[in-house]
Amino acid sequence: MANATDTAPIDLSGREKVFSAITKASGWLDALGFSWLVPILRMIAGDSPRTQLHELKRVLLIPLLGILAFVVAWGVLAPKVQTSLGAVPGPVEVWEQVENLWDDHVREREKAAQFYERQDQRNEKLVAAGKEPKFRTYTGKPTYFDQIITSLFTVGLGFGIATLIAVPLGIGSGLSKTFNGAINPLIQIFKPVSPLAWLPIVTMIISATYANPYDWMPKSLLISAVTVTLCSMWPTLINTALGVASVDKDLMNVGRVLQLPTSRTITQVVLPSALPLIFTGLRLSLGVGWMVLIAAEMLAQNPGLGKFVWDEFQNGSSQSLAKIMVAVLTIGIIGFMLDRLMFALQRAFTFSANR
Amino acid sequence: MTMTFTRRTALALSALALASATMLTPGQAEMLEVEKDELKFGFIKLTDMAPLAIAYEKGYFEDEGLFVTLEPQANWKVLLDRVITGELDGAHMLAGQPLAATIGFGTKAHIVTPFSMDLNGNGITVSNEVWELMKPHLESGPDGKPVHPIKADALKKVVDKFKAEGRPFNMGMVFPVSTHNYELRYWLASGGIHPGFYSPSDVSGQIGADALLSVTPPPQMPATLEAGTIDGYCVGEPWNQAAVFKGIGVPVITDYEIWKNNPEKVFGLTKEFTEENPNTTLALTKALIRAAKWLDENDNANRPEAVEILARSEYVGADAEVIANSMTGTFEYEKGDKREVPDFNVFYRYFATYPYYSDAVWYLSQMRRWGQISDAKSDEWFDETAKSVYLPDIYLKAARMLVEEGHVAEADFPWDSDGYRAPTPAADIIDGIAYDGKSPNAYLDSLTIGLKGDEVAGG
Repeated sequence: MANATDTAPIDLSGREKVFSAITKASGWLDALGFSWLVPILRMIAGDSPRTQLHELKRVLLIPLLGILAFVVAWGVLAPKVQTSLGAVPGPVEVWEQVENLWDDHVREREKAAQFYERQDQRNEKLVAAGKEPKFRTYTGKPTYFDQIITSLFTVGLGFGIATLIAVPLGIGSGLSKTFNGAINPLIQIFKPVSPLAWLPIVTMIISATYANPYDWMPKSLLISAVTVTLCSMWPTLINTALGVASVDKDLMNVGRVLQLPTSRTITQVVLPSALPLIFTGLRLSLGVGWMVLIAAEMLAQNPGLGKFVWDEFQNGSSQSLAKIMVAVLTIGIIGFMLDRLMFALQRAFTFSANR
Repeated sequence: MTMTFTRRTALALSALALASATMLTPGQAEMLEVEKDELKFGFIKLTDMAPLAIAYEKGYFEDEGLFVTLEPQANWKVLLDRVITGELDGAHMLAGQPLAATIGFGTKAHIVTPFSMDLNGNGITVSNEVWELMKPHLESGPDGKPVHPIKADALKKVVDKFKAEGRPFNMGMVFPVSTHNYELRYWLASGGIHPGFYSPSDVSGQIGADALLSVTPPPQMPATLEAGTIDGYCVGEPWNQAAVFKGIGVPVITDYEIWKNNPEKVFGLTKEFTEENPNTTLALTKALIRAAKWLDENDNANRPEAVEILARSEYVGADAEVIANSMTGTFEYEKGDKREVPDFNVFYRYFATYPYYSDAVWYLSQMRRWGQISDAKSDEWFDETAKSVYLPDIYLKAARMLVEEGHVAEADFPWDSDGYRAPTPAADIIDGIAYDGKSPNAYLDSLTIGLKGDEVAGG
């Protein structure tokens, strides 16, 4: 009894605590695309179902209806279009290919396991004969899931290089009008160039300069990554410059009065105020980079999702179209997730989102 | 009853397995000390890449201690460039590619071949519209079907009609130095249609042409035909049969009918690679010979399995039924007009894998005929060039090792050949002009359309 009365107020405050925690988390969940979780959590915590259901309808039901309507329209319209590869695949056929690709992946892994078994047997014989055993990695085809990993690694690398180049350049051109004037025409000229135009140039230069590739970084991967860099660095550069240029003059003046050295001005004054815009630039860059990567892989025949699409197009079998659609959906979903990830990072690093 | 039966089968099977395991395979000879055991080979998605896929899937590469990655390439140009830069160690190539690269037509690099991959395997397909226009000019047999082989004379009427209407007649082929280009030109010229010359200043190959030939990658042939960009094409399988399946075109002739048992693809490597890695070159040649044997043995008994392997997306990737058509010895011309062409794809019979100098000389003669080689060359030059690219010595060394290991029969190889096939009789070639590899200039003089002697294209 006594316990119960004791706990009641705690319970209330506990509930309050839960609610405030949910409110706090809602921002993060929003950023990651899980805003529909918030009303559900609140209902679980005991908030009035009515308002929450209304909210739930807005953030979950309506988007789901949109997706459903699209799938239905796709399913109805697809069989009506006859190509030379048969009818355009609908959602069912595409799902079948998802399963197929998974089966392929499993089969390939089995083949790899068998290869290693054979290798072990051979090595036993070699050791028995008093020779050095040989260990080699399996050389089968990369499965669909391997291709996804490759693409992600490539885009990460290209984006990383782009950030390392674009942020310092952006800060420089934001702080100095002269520097900005000098590089501005270059930005304007290079920004609209398509990845497909950069690719041959990049290929030639990297083939010439990166003569002895490391195992973990084949030439083709670096070529794709640098192409991504050249196309995706511009949004970061422009936004960084803009962010730095628009730092509050009062803050800069305070820095001058305190006679802060340039390095500290940048780290203490400029960067914190420019961060939101820098992140906006990074988000745009990553989006562009992901889009460009697929084109680069397609043309250069570099491993990754782009090559998968191209190979399937070349195969021209009755399953090819459906497989390409799987790839398109995969590319879209991954692009969306990358964007959300950047948004979450932006929230973590900036004050503006919490303001 | 069934129980005992299955048990009995199981017992018999296990006994068999035991027997084969204990029986020493005859291949336990010393493995070659290969200099480079991780290799990357390129290929184009065509059924005649089969020896590579089989050597990989059946473990013949592994038996030689080679760890091979097979990688499909976007087109022949990319494939060749990647072999030259060393990104690929070797590749499935058009027979003309090593020769052209070595003499410097296109990218210059010394490419050699110790292994010829197959015979025949191509066809010429025209669009439905052209086929309808050709039909009235074709003879019909007693069964109402057109008499084969179809000569280009029927197509000449169509080309003339196009000309009268002011429409260009476009055809696709896969590469300027491809077998397909030379076969298509040979067939067109035999019917009096001029396929155009090349010259040092104009490499389009359309000087004075009645039919305008241009390059399209094999897998895109059907799509390009469907789009109406070209009115016909010459390509390897499965892309002729694909046109039939999709109902967008009709194959009119196979290259087997243009020139019986003509050489098609080779396995190309850089000269540098073979010099630095002699044992590796031998080892991979051994693996490829075994794969070719597997493809043809017991009267093509393994072809259905080969079709299943080739239909996988990492190799050719087209539908199995399309690949099966030609691989299992039938060829469908017009929809429903299926005919037996048992030798449509030959991988091992008739010494198919031996790199004959005479094959090389024929390709060189066609390069001269159409102006890719702009000046006259002596018979000796043809012979020397062929000998610098085709390496039967390596091939025979590999074959000898395989015979000793018991994988192949002594009779499968022309041990005493001087590298020249017996002259091809006139009856085996569509326009009835015999070919003797030892006198290429006399052969060039005997052809109707084409450069002869000191003639220069466009001059």
